[in-house]
Amino acid sequence: MNRLLPRALMAPAVLTLVLWMLVPLLMTIYFSFVNYNLMQPGERTFAGLDNFHYFITDPDFWPAVWNTLVLIGSVILITVVLGVGLALLVNEPFPGRGIVRVLLISPFFVMPTVNALLWKHMMMNPIYGVLADLWRAFGAEPVDWLTDVPLFSVIVMVAWQWLPFACLIFITSLQSLDREQMEAARMDGASAVQRFGYLTLPHLGRPMAVVIMIEMIFLLSVFAEIAITTNGGPGNESTNLTYLIFKQSLMNFDVGVASAGALFAVVMANIVAAFLIRIIGKNLD
Amino acid sequence: MAYLQLEDIKKSFGEAHIIKGVNLEIAKGEFIVFVGPSGCGKSTLLRLIAGLEPITSGRLSLDGKDITHTPSGKRDLAMVFQSYALYPHMSVYDNMSFALKLAKVPKDVIQTKVEHAAKTLNLTNYLTRTPKELSGGQRQRVAIGRAIVRAPKVFLFDEPLSNLDAALRGNTRVEIHKLHRALGATSIYVTHDQVEAMTLADRVVVLRDGLIEQVGTPMALYDRPANQFVAQFIGMPSMNMVEAKAIPSFSAQTGGRLPADGFLGVRPEALRVHPGQGLGAPARVELIEALGADTLIHIDVGGVPLVARQNERTALQAGDAVSVELDPSVLHFFNREGRTVAA
Amino acid sequence: MQPDNFLGVALRTVCAWAVTLLLFFPLGWLVLTAFKTELQAIHVPPLFVFTPTLDNFTEVQRRSDYLLFARNSLITSIGSTVIGLLIAAPAAYSMAFFRTKRTRDILMWMLSTKMMPAVGALVPIYVLAQTAGLLDTRTALTVVFTLSNLPIMVWMLYSAYKDIPNEILEAARMDGASLWTEFRHVVLPLSIGGLASTGLLCLVLSWNEAFWALNLSSAKAGTLATLIASYSSPEGLFWAKLSAASLMAIAPIVVFGWFSQKQLVQGLTFGAVK
Repeated sequence: MNRLLPRALMAPAVLTLVLWMLVPLLMTIYFSFVNYNLMQPGERTFAGLDNFHYFITDPDFWPAVWNTLVLIGSVILITVVLGVGLALLVNEPFPGRGIVRVLLISPFFVMPTVNALLWKHMMMNPIYGVLADLWRAFGAEPVDWLTDVPLFSVIVMVAWQWLPFACLIFITSLQSLDREQMEAARMDGASAVQRFGYLTLPHLGRPMAVVIMIEMIFLLSVFAEIAITTNGGPGNESTNLTYLIFKQSLMNFDVGVASAGALFAVVMANIVAAFLIRIIGKNLD
Repeated sequence: MAYLQLEDIKKSFGEAHIIKGVNLEIAKGEFIVFVGPSGCGKSTLLRLIAGLEPITSGRLSLDGKDITHTPSGKRDLAMVFQSYALYPHMSVYDNMSFALKLAKVPKDVIQTKVEHAAKTLNLTNYLTRTPKELSGGQRQRVAIGRAIVRAPKVFLFDEPLSNLDAALRGNTRVEIHKLHRALGATSIYVTHDQVEAMTLADRVVVLRDGLIEQVGTPMALYDRPANQFVAQFIGMPSMNMVEAKAIPSFSAQTGGRLPADGFLGVRPEALRVHPGQGLGAPARVELIEALGADTLIHIDVGGVPLVARQNERTALQAGDAVSVELDPSVLHFFNREGRTVAA
Repeated sequence: MQPDNFLGVALRTVCAWAVTLLLFFPLGWLVLTAFKTELQAIHVPPLFVFTPTLDNFTEVQRRSDYLLFARNSLITSIGSTVIGLLIAAPAAYSMAFFRTKRTRDILMWMLSTKMMPAVGALVPIYVLAQTAGLLDTRTALTVVFTLSNLPIMVWMLYSAYKDIPNEILEAARMDGASLWTEFRHVVLPLSIGGLASTGLLCLVLSWNEAFWALNLSSAKAGTLATLIASYSSPEGLFWAKLSAASLMAIAPIVVFGWFSQKQLVQGLTFGAVK
């Protein structure tokens, strides 16, 4: 009983996850070496490294990689910087703080599709959108966000959604800041700026690392916002890696090439995950 | 046949040998205290008896039955944990009746037993409360009550007083003593506090590094320690240890009984401090600690620091010159290895 | 921390509220627009004062069978949560109470499966679903949601179980409890909170899930995420209705989120931030 029971309890979870990991991975690897188009499902000829070659030489490939990096980088920058700022602002009590926190956290729980459409139509529509109205109120020409600055628009949408996440993490972390240490610093004559730089910021180092890592992982998969608003366009200006693969597989139906691309994305994600696991692992016990 | 018998009990965690061979016989109704410094294995030994850790080798028997491999729930032992380990989501009544409920004891019998135990421990008014609504002392009593209700063969206590503040500790210690007198139950009590050991025990087991150093009544351990370790562990402040040749006038006072390269052990109350020059060894007062009923005098005798104790107040002050005499009837001699040598 | 001065607090209050209102504005605007008529919705300049109407809500239901999609969302979310808990709870229990040398590695491995981009599995899962005739079925969605959330659920339940002090379990053992009794009378009541927040998190993640929903389902098994997505190509005036549909789709989850922020974020960061 002593050996059997624990294993039996874990079995369903482990088995399902192994399948979930292994089966798609093996299939993807297989597909990436094969000519397989969903329009002609019968035809599966060996393609060697053709798919990889095709994926990388696709004119959209490097722009997609670049867009992915810009998207991830910008969102991380915005959410971390503003997140820290907001967390500091909200950390001390003031009237209505409870409500403020509730309001601040809301965007994070909004469905990505709603998020996308909310911004596309309500805010960013150049004629009827709120931003257009605002621009006109200052006498300026309204910006056609999704056409003129598609990637930036996507960045705004995604950052808006993830800012509460970063903010909440930092608020949680600030609450474990050692009060006595702060008081000691004050008695030693440290100014508010110095206290921030020498005490608060290092304390936030760890949560910042976590936020950055987690966002990197989830932002790699940004999809709905792009699919619903810009469709990756105009051209490929707002196509990221995920969308590119999607386009290959479910729009061009070229499973082989899409699989090659997927493997590429998986490798990228693995590298980031390895770092994150190290941080989490230290925390496990 | 002893009631509880430990035969060559050994316990290892992987490469670390925590208990290295313990033999002990405990009679029915005895209150045994395991005492020793941190890491000596006393809590581990208790947990082995409780069945919370498996015994690596050796035999454990209770009332004639071999319980070495019996699961904890079936050993008919009850344990009072250091942190009380009360069930936070259950009321005091449910906490105390849990074991009986599991044993399918009829409800009315449970009720009688719980109410009786509650009365003994002054918990009757708290039976419906949950642990969070109780103070530390009350929780501790519930933990004890939980054990009493089961009327087990042996009670096990794992440092039950260490989470209480000093005043409460003193009171509760007395209560536990009285409870033992009333119930007469066999008990094993683990503590690092030798005051608890001295006052509660019928016999004390001193442990160090996984082995028993000495077993005996508190007074036997105090008056006739088997080695230096026990001599210095029991007694507060600890026994003064003087190297054989360090204080010539002391050696003279022992009349040659002291081994040449051994140690002389003198309890603080066996040192008499006289102001000024006198018959004993010359010394200088380093510090006076006046505790009210007792006075501790820290002295320097030719470079050797000693502590003397007396129950009169003193007019001495730090820096005074004094002379120190021994009471020759209560001296302890140890050879170089630390074992007691007959006086 | 800093001395309470009126100016400091006042400044902080003003700044905090200003920023908050700014950030919350898009959502707030959504809520307002849901109650406007279409003409009011596109009115230039934007209207803040108007008489609210509930027409949009009824219209959405009539035109796009909102209830069907809502039911799909509900079924897939609840389904994946229940199945997920059934699989994750025993595993987490085993890892928390029957620890071995490999336990930590297994846990880390499970977490790492969550970190793989969904797009990596898109093609094979799509092909598999297509071959099994499971495209556009609630079954496929429920399975995929369960698998996506499983690692986080195991992790959160593991933390909840670890929070139970070991001494209490030992006390139960000494009181004569068998393994099952220990679980039923001690572990379960003490971990109910953790179970609830884990379930809640899974509910939220499944409800909001867009990637798989958009790719694996459409008219029959589509969730609210797909319904909203279908509004992306405009057909005449529809903003007020879009807002109404969106509001209905997000309201329950946003409210859930308010109540369980701490636990949800803990789950999402795998507990790396205390």
